[in-house]
Formats: sequence, structure tokens, C-alpha cells
Amino acid sequence: MPKLNINGRIRDVQVEPDTPLLWAIREQVGLTGTKYGCGVAQCGACSVHINGELQRSCSMRVSDVKPSDKIVTIEGLSRNSSHPVQKAWLAVDVPQCGYCQSGQIMAAVSLLKKNPKPTDKDIDEAMTNICRCGTYQRVREAVHMAAGNGNGTRARSADRASRRS
Amino acid sequence: MKKIVFGNTAKFTRRKFIVGSAAAAGGGLALGFNPFGAIGEAAAQAANGGAELGIWVVVKPDSSCVIRIARSEMGQGTLTGLAQLVAEELGCDWKKVTTEGLTPNRNLAAKRVWGNMSTGGSQGIRQSQDYGRRGGAVARMMLLQAAADQWKVLVGELTVASGVITHAASKRSTTYGKVAAAAAKLTPPDPKTIKLKEPKDWTIAGKPMKRLDTADKLNGSKVYAIDVKLPGMLHAAIKASPVFGGKLKSVDEAKIASMPGVKKVVKVSDNAVAVVADTWWRAKTALDALPIVWDEGEGAKASDKTIAEHLKSGLAATETNGERIHGDAKAAIAGAAKKVSATYSTPFLSHACMEVGNCTVKLSDGKAEAWLPTQNLEASLAGLSTASGLPLAQCEIHRHDLGGGFGRRGGTQDYIHQAVAIAKAMPAGTPVKMIWSREEDQAHDFFRPISICEMSAGLDAQGNMVGFQMRLSGQSINAQLNPAGIVRGKDMRQLQGYYEAPGDAQLGYTVPNLLLEYAMRNTHVPVGPWRGVNTNQNGLYMECFIEEVARAAGKDSLEFRRSMMSKHPKHLAVLNAAAEKGNWGKPLPPGVHRGIAQFMGYGSYSAATAEVSVSPQGKLKVHRMVLALNCGHAVNPSQIAAQVEGSVAYGLGATLYGEMRVENGRMVDLNFDTYEILKLAEFPKVETVIVPTHDFWGGVGEPTICVVAPAVLNAIFAATGKPVRTLPIKDQKLTAA
Ligand code: FES
Ligand code: FES
Repeated sequence: MPKLNINGRIRDVQVEPDTPLLWAIREQVGLTGTKYGCGVAQCGACSVHINGELQRSCSMRVSDVKPSDKIVTIEGLSRNSSHPVQKAWLAVDVPQCGYCQSGQIMAAVSLLKKNPKPTDKDIDEAMTNICRCGTYQRVREAVHMAAGNGNGTRARSADRASRRS
Repeated sequence: MKKIVFGNTAKFTRRKFIVGSAAAAGGGLALGFNPFGAIGEAAAQAANGGAELGIWVVVKPDSSCVIRIARSEMGQGTLTGLAQLVAEELGCDWKKVTTEGLTPNRNLAAKRVWGNMSTGGSQGIRQSQDYGRRGGAVARMMLLQAAADQWKVLVGELTVASGVITHAASKRSTTYGKVAAAAAKLTPPDPKTIKLKEPKDWTIAGKPMKRLDTADKLNGSKVYAIDVKLPGMLHAAIKASPVFGGKLKSVDEAKIASMPGVKKVVKVSDNAVAVVADTWWRAKTALDALPIVWDEGEGAKASDKTIAEHLKSGLAATETNGERIHGDAKAAIAGAAKKVSATYSTPFLSHACMEVGNCTVKLSDGKAEAWLPTQNLEASLAGLSTASGLPLAQCEIHRHDLGGGFGRRGGTQDYIHQAVAIAKAMPAGTPVKMIWSREEDQAHDFFRPISICEMSAGLDAQGNMVGFQMRLSGQSINAQLNPAGIVRGKDMRQLQGYYEAPGDAQLGYTVPNLLLEYAMRNTHVPVGPWRGVNTNQNGLYMECFIEEVARAAGKDSLEFRRSMMSKHPKHLAVLNAAAEKGNWGKPLPPGVHRGIAQFMGYGSYSAATAEVSVSPQGKLKVHRMVLALNCGHAVNPSQIAAQVEGSVAYGLGATLYGEMRVENGRMVDLNFDTYEILKLAEFPKVETVIVPTHDFWGGVGEPTICVVAPAVLNAIFAATGKPVRTLPIKDQKLTAA
């Protein structure tokens, strides 16, 4: 029976070896923060970290993962949503429907680990997750905030939304 | 006994329970009765030991306030906006506000005291703000009265701020939490008699408050319907006839019988087949391996080409299905000094909500339950009742926020019918979760209607537009979902945005000779509302063509528009705001060009400017967009900006990439590899300019999408010297001028 190391716990998963990691995580382990969006590595909703690397779990088989590989899902990112990326996401009020946001956050964490001070261009290249609600501007801003680039290179959308009467 | 303090007992209008749109695709329910028989006025229960004050507010001993929300939340932020409006009148501490989502069962049991739960047409706030605010005020008045009774003073001598009630003369104060229990014993005042606060005095509404529903979206703990887990639950994958209108002929069950986890193959209605297994992945794997024979029917002969021909026939048709006429446009154009004409077209589009279609159903002894993403909880309840054959009182819908809606999940409750059919085939009491693969979700949508539009205009010697003629030919949403909306063959909904009447979707131009006509050309492809319903295509047609006419007249795009807008001051003000913030007429970096557009939909006025460049290799880049919006009252400027940004992502993605192609009667683009979605790198810098005039309530979620495509296309025209008349842009060669 395949074993997976997820968020620091070893889990037995009773699945065929070619089962996508995503579905083992969602259906066997029961962690549903990792989302299904496309199943073909296009959207990033299923993003997790494996040994610190960003991976689209819909397109990896359970048999591609060794029991020693450390898988981290959105649930295992921090206690109490205390990761700087999660905090920045809250401060910037990024999510709309929220469905893509687990993946967005996992991608942002991975980007910042490799590149603590990303430029807009770095963010363009790294943040390729689909958001149908269109939270991109706030995703960018929150990545900058988490990186400690002031309040982001752009003004807050909310502040920009000037009101005249 | 309840003490009547305000002279009026609460009387709530008895509304009929009518789920109109469900009647079409959902298989039909229009109910005008109370299925539970006589029930007392106050069927609502207090939540978790708090004191219920009227129907919208529960106050707890620690002064925290629970505000009830009837409308669905799918990311559009209605939940927070509605809570702000109720809290504003309630006068509570915003930091102590939480919300409670109502279910359709509770609403129905209470004779729909919470009103319409349907969430579409950008109506979530504008159609509930009045009774929501009154509900907040009712609770405030009860709390103040309770304090006044306790202190034996006149209620008029009390003031309240952030949930603290003060009697200045005697220097006493108390909190909402302390008087809540006493307040709950009072009879609520008649909401209709209450004078609401002036928006200029708002302190909670009108402010860029953070959303109340963010926390569980950051750590994976939010449970969408697709995440539901129930004891003993099985999973279903489904495939409906890829050709619309096709039927299921046969399947070879034996081929997959021994595959792991497979429990059953279920024929669903006459056009779909599902595999039920112990996990969804196993169900899907088996379904993919299942040999299926379809009777594809007539639909299989249809393709993009045949559909295009069909639409073209509408351009020449003598019979039309809706028109707006002033003067004699044909004669004016014929006699004009200069004539301009063009034909535009837009394709079918899928909604592609990030959460795919899904529905979990449990049928047990005399009870049906469903968990699903829905923009219309009451239509879901009605759909569950129809599909299960059980009366409404024995049906229950569990409420979940949606992973996107965009118009896909309103009255059309196709998934609930499928999920019930599957659950019926399994032993009673077995919950079954049906999930559509992304491919199934793309194949079976109610797509944005396809249309083409031929326009001509005549200019006089001074370059004034003296005549304008339009023939729109395309598919009708009403024909698909609401035939009653077509009156004597006329379907004015397809002319949304071109209306003469003010208020909802009025054309902002005055042209002396005007002829706008719609020819209905339906296809076998099901269509439905798609964010900015009809206005996003109609805005593009009108505003891109006006651009062509302005250029033919040798006039500035902004000035040309302005010259026809003196009778439409609100349209004009928004256009001016976009032009000003968008630096219209000011120099741009080399190679960057501007476009502008204005249009109206969903009760709000929108305008936009776009700055684009086209590289020598023909690569398009949208650098910056400024969107101006007058939605009347701006309940949460930060969330309005979020919706505007969202409309850019949705609208620009459609402009660049969106196209659902039809081949052999079925959809071709079944996943994001060919149905490309706009990503962060292509998202321009978006600036939102809110210019509320505070004299009406307009929508927010949809209005601005109708100016996104035309502003960008007009900027491309400026960059290349050639209009783009067909969407999407992706396969077209752009050449910098
Ligand atoms: S579900 Fe894995 S990338 Fe979309
Ligand atoms: S927040 Fe809804 S898809 Fe990204």
C-alpha cells in the first residue's frame, strides 16, 4: 500500500499507483484544501510542495512520490494561518470566491522561498495559477507585501478607488 | 406576553414562492402556495442563544451581532456588503459582526420573510438593501427601547455608537449585549415606518471594509460543496451526450465491472451515464474506460460553419424579434454625405467556474437532501423536489459558498436532476457526490449566446452621425430559459444596453434616425446568462462601431461620443471620469495607444480607457485600464474595485482567448489548454474610479465588463489602424501601424 508523508504525518493510501496525487490527498487523506480545477496541469489549483518544490498534484502519480518525500499542502503551511504569505493575503483582502487561493498561496510561498524580493516580472513568471474571479492585481500586491517590499509596488486598489460625491 | 411598543406589529408581505427560471431547464416548478400549511409569523429561530431582534439580526450577550444573509456568496462580496448595510442601521460595533447564511428551507418555512434568495443580474445588494437596512434599524430600535424601559427615560434621549447606548443626561450607558434579552421580548416595529439614515451619514456602509469571509480561504478549511464528506458516501462521475440533444444508446457495463471500486453504472435520464464508485477518481477512471454508444441525433450535423450560416440568415431576414426605431435610419444613411458599415461577431463562451459542477444528494426514507454550489438556493430546492418527487417540506438544501458562479448556477439546475437520478439508483440513505470533470463542465454549460451584428451609419458633411442602423442576429437566452420573456415573438432582452428607457440598460447616445433590430437565430447549443449578460457583446458592437464612425468622421473618439450624449448626463459623467483618470488626450510613451468606451448595464453606468501596444512581431500588451463606474451608492469601495478588476480578467480573457468551438455538434474546447484563461502576467494595471451620484441603486458585479473589450479593441484600432471585428483576438494577426 503506498505511503505518503503529508504535513509531517505518514499516511497509508489505498489507491492504484497511477492515481493522481491530488485525488489521494483529497479522497484518501481527506485534505480538501488542495483543489481540483483542470486535472491537466493548467490551472494550479492543486498546487502542493514536495520537498520544498512547487508541484501540480493533479499531474503526479502517487507512485511518483516516495514515502520519504515531504508533501506539504495548504493545511500544513502554518498553524493559525500565520505564514507571512497568508498574513499578506488577509491584509490585502485577496480572495474573492477563494477556490483558487490555496494554489495561489502555495505558489507564492514557493516563489518567495527562491526569490525573497521578486520584481513584477518575477511575479509574472512564477504566478501562473488561474483565478477566474480575477484577483491577480491583489495577488501581485500581496506577494510584494509578503516580501516586505513596502506595501507593494502598487497602491492598494481600495485606496485607489477614489470616491467623489 | 410580548409588549407592543411601537404601535405596529410586524407584518411581512406574503410573497408567492415562485421560482420562475427553474421552470425552464430545471424541469419546472412555479409554486404559489405555502407547502407547510399555516405557520406562525416568527418561524425563525434564534441562533446559538443570542437574542433575535426582528428577522435579520441576532445579538449575543457579548454584544457580538449575527447578521443573516439570504443571497448566495460566490466571491462577489455581497455577504460583506449586505452585512455593512444592516450593521449601519443597527449601529453595532463592526468588529463584532459575523454572518449566518440562511437556507431556502428556513426561508420557506417562514413564508419567505427573507425575500428572494436568487443571486444574479447584479441584484444581490440593490434588491435587498432596503429591507436589509430596515431590518438593522428594527433591531436598533428594539435595543434602544429596551434600554429606555430599563432606565425609565424617553427613547429619544438615547444615543448609540458601536453598540454602546448612552443616556447623556444621566450619564448612564449600557451595551447592546446587556439589553438584548429584554429587547427580544418587545414586538418589532413595522420596518416600513422607519426612516433610514442618509448615506452621507454612513460610517460602516460606504467604507472599504475588509471582507468578512476571508479567513478560511487562506488555510484550506473552507468547505465548498465539492469538498463535502458524508458517512458512507459514494462518488459519481458522469458523461452526458457530447452532442447536445443526443441520447444514450447503450453501454458495455461488463467492460468495467471488475475495475477497482466500481459499484454501479447508472443511466441518467435518456442522455447521460454515470459510474458510481468508492472514490471519484475510480469512478472517473472507469467512466473513461466504459464503451458508450450515443445516438447523436440531428445536432451532430452542426458545426461553427453551419451556425455561422444560420446567423448570417438573420442579417437579411424581414421578420425580426425586437426593435427600437426613431425617425428613418435607412433613408438618413442613404442620403448621408458619408457612409460607414461593418459586421462584428462574438463566439460561444463557457463560464469555467473554478469549482466544477458538482452536487451531492442523499435520499432516505421520505427525505431528499442536496449539497451544491448554487446562485439560487430556492431554485435548487424546487429542483430537488421535482427530481425526487418529494414535496418541498421533505427536501433540504445545504448551503455552501460557491467557487464561482458568473451566471452558470442560477435557475438552471441540471446537475441536481442528474445527481438525484444517480442517488435514486443506489440503496436508500447512501449519499452520492457527483462531480463533473473539467471536460464535462466545459462540454455542458449554458454558454454565452453567439451573435453577429451588422451596423451602418451615415455622417453629414460636418461629420455628425445622422443615422444609425444595426441588425443583431443570434441566439436568445429567453428562448432557452424563459420563453415567457418573449412577448409576441419579441425578445427585447437580447437588445440589453440599447434601450430607450432609463434605469437599467439605456443607450447613452441620441441619434436622430435610429433602427436597432434583433433577429433570433437559435442553435442546438444551450445558452444562458454569462457575467454581463448580453451587455458584454452589445457594448462591444456599439462601442467599437462608434469608434469606426468617429474615425471616419475625422473626430476625436471622446469628443464624437460626447456630442451625442447631452441628453444622458450620467453616461457622460462616467465617460468624462474615465477620460480624465485615463489621461485622455495626453501624450503616451512611444508605441502605446489608447482606446475608450462607455456603456450601461445592470442599473449602473460604466466607462473605460485602455492603453495597449502592439509589437513589431504583432504581440499585444494591455498596459493599463481605467474603469469608471457610477453604481449609485458605493457600499464597499474596496470590493467594488475587486469586482471591477474581476470584470477585467473575465472580459479581457474572453477578448483575447475566449471561444467555444463547435464541431460535429459538440464542444471542442474542453479544458484550459485550448480554452485559455487570462493569467496574472497579462493582467493590466487596473484603476477603478467610483463616481457615485447617491440617487439610485445600481449593480456592481457585472456592469463594467461591457466596456472592457471595446476599450481594448479601440486601443488596438489606434495602434494598428485596423478594427478587430471578430473575437477572440488570439488567432488574428495584428500589425502595428
Ligand atoms: S487541477 Fe492541477 S493544475 Fe489544474
Ligand atoms: S478567487 Fe475565485 S477563482 Fe480565484
